[in-house]
Amino acid sequence: MFDLDLWREIFQSINKNRTRSLLSGFTVTFAILLFTILFGIANGLKNTFKEAFGTDANNSIVIFAGRTSQAHKGLQAGRKIQFKNEDRDFLIDKYGDKIQYFTSKVNKNVSASFRGEKNSYEVRGVYPEYMFIENNVIKDGRYINQNDIDKKTKVVVIGRVVENELFYKVNPIGKYINLSGISYKIVGVFTDDEGDNEEKIIYMPISTTQSIYGNNDYVDLMHLTYNPEMNSDQALAFGNSMKKSLKEKFDVARSDQRAIRMFNMAQGTKQVDVMTFSLTIIILVIGFGTLIAGIVGISNIMIFIVKERTKEIGIRKALGASPRSIVSIILIESIIITAIAGYIGLLVGVGVLEYIGPSLEVYFIKDPGVNNSLVIGATLTLIIAGGLAGYLPAKKASKIKPIVALRND
Amino acid sequence: MLKIHQLHKSYAIGDSSLHVLKGIDLEVESGEMVAIMGSSGSGKSTLLNIIGMLDEADSGEYILDELPIKNLTEKKAAVYRNKFLGFIFQSFNLINYKNALENVALPLYYQGMKRKERQKKALFHLEKVGLANWAEHLPKELSGGQKQRVAIARALAANPKLLLADEPTGALDTKTSYDIMNFIQSLNDEGKTILMVTHEEDIANMCKRIVRLRDGVIMEDKKVNQVRAEQYV
Ligand SMILES: Nc1ncnc2c1ncn2[C@@H]1O[C@H](COP(=O)(O)OP(=O)(O)OP(=O)(O)O)[C@@H](O)[C@H]1O
Ligand SMILES: [Mg+2]
Repeated sequence: MFDLDLWREIFQSINKNRTRSLLSGFTVTFAILLFTILFGIANGLKNTFKEAFGTDANNSIVIFAGRTSQAHKGLQAGRKIQFKNEDRDFLIDKYGDKIQYFTSKVNKNVSASFRGEKNSYEVRGVYPEYMFIENNVIKDGRYINQNDIDKKTKVVVIGRVVENELFYKVNPIGKYINLSGISYKIVGVFTDDEGDNEEKIIYMPISTTQSIYGNNDYVDLMHLTYNPEMNSDQALAFGNSMKKSLKEKFDVARSDQRAIRMFNMAQGTKQVDVMTFSLTIIILVIGFGTLIAGIVGISNIMIFIVKERTKEIGIRKALGASPRSIVSIILIESIIITAIAGYIGLLVGVGVLEYIGPSLEVYFIKDPGVNNSLVIGATLTLIIAGGLAGYLPAKKASKIKPIVALRND
Repeated sequence: MLKIHQLHKSYAIGDSSLHVLKGIDLEVESGEMVAIMGSSGSGKSTLLNIIGMLDEADSGEYILDELPIKNLTEKKAAVYRNKFLGFIFQSFNLINYKNALENVALPLYYQGMKRKERQKKALFHLEKVGLANWAEHLPKELSGGQKQRVAIARALAANPKLLLADEPTGALDTKTSYDIMNFIQSLNDEGKTILMVTHEEDIANMCKRIVRLRDGVIMEDKKVNQVRAEQYV
């Protein structure tokens, strides 16, 4: 039932008592504004943490080999550990279900030339899976494939920066590039959004690299990503387990920290998780704090408003207003004011975040923003609080004897 | 019209209680115009407020238009206030953010009347009190006499059977008082029952009956020859 007259009464009351309406609205606007901005900033901090870990798969583990630092099983300290192709198979066999992508890697530095343009670059001999580990995007052509590995084809995939530096107005795909005296066919160009250094690289099938530089099956390092469903604790345990297996395989003492080394992103992920968790707690505390302040504010104002209107209530009752009509005008009025004020707070808050957002990046706050449904939830909470806070005194006022209300000045 | 028997009312003041009405017996017929007089604090307003259902008696009987007024729900009381009773207060009690017309229309709103009809009727009553041209004005833009006339128009709007006025001329000068009295007399001439509290003998003599209170009881109740206010305006 839509009672137009009731709404007219309410809008007149809001409109004609502007100071009162503004005063109560301001509290709510301010609470929601504060809520939005604080939440936005906290979210911005979160974004910064997330971004600090880049677009590299943040579930990766890199394994290096060094020299032993302790004698073990009759073997002397200082022995060099060398990974080979078989170690990849060893780990995949043993941990297949925990591994997402796996590549072994051989690194070489080469001087590259194309039609007189020269420069030196890093060459990485890799498996096709490496593309996913580095999160590279193919701009033109294709990446290394299994066929390249099997046939040891002399093909390379070059980074965007290599293309810019060596190929002036020439499409490099299908061209031959000379790397330290040997020609390779360029089959693809990739980009990496982590910056120029990551695009100054040339990829080659690992089998090709091995056969050309040394004709062996040596591997410089192994790089893998773990199953992303594992949490950081599980991933750390997984890393340690791999390390242990490798130590056993290479007859390295358990306590030897040098022979087999590992960089596990889960370490950082775990720190980020802890950080994010603390931030979430802080956000919740701030959010609840502002909300409670808002609730207290709106409650006080409602009590004040009802008190101020007591005489008017007395007049209305003397003229025949039912208790229900008294309660509804006060209640609906408070709900309307709270809703509009909350909405304004949300708009202003979002506006402020948009406006100052970019300049906050120096303070490690990136893309501060809020989830609209969250702020609407907060506004609804305030509306309900305002409604309740208005309802109780209004109910009380509607029950007092008209003469008592009329005497109120 | 109304019948009161052994009405008592006390106010609690701190720990003690002040016995204000000590057994009032009063009967008012339809069409009467009664002045209630008495010294300050004698309980005139208290009596009028109980008659107007703005307040409740502690004990005794009160029958309004054949209906015993006792333990009514607020909802029922609201209906009777709206239908049977019209109030005129010394301090006018207009709603300050509503203009004259809206104030007069308010009891009609609580009757559930449609907006158009309400405004028409309210304007009619404003015309009757001679303020049709002031319909759009807020109370603060009106003189005391004008405010009281708006209040009278408002009291009349719902066409009540009984008009109650607590010192309606108390805040007005003599000339304006007679104006108002002239108008109230004309209402009574048309058949409306009127009860008013007043301090002033000349105003009381413009009624048809004077009831004098002292210390919470009726000391004197007599019919008088009505002085017409007309001759003074
Ligand atoms: N709400 C109240 N609480 C306590 N005492 C009250 C209350 N209302 C009135 N009284 C007391 O009751 C007595 C009668 O009050 P009432 O207002 O009926 O007097 P009155 O005859 O109208 O006086 P006046 O001519 O001054 O208006 C006074 O002594 C007054 O102080
Ligand atoms: Mg009085």
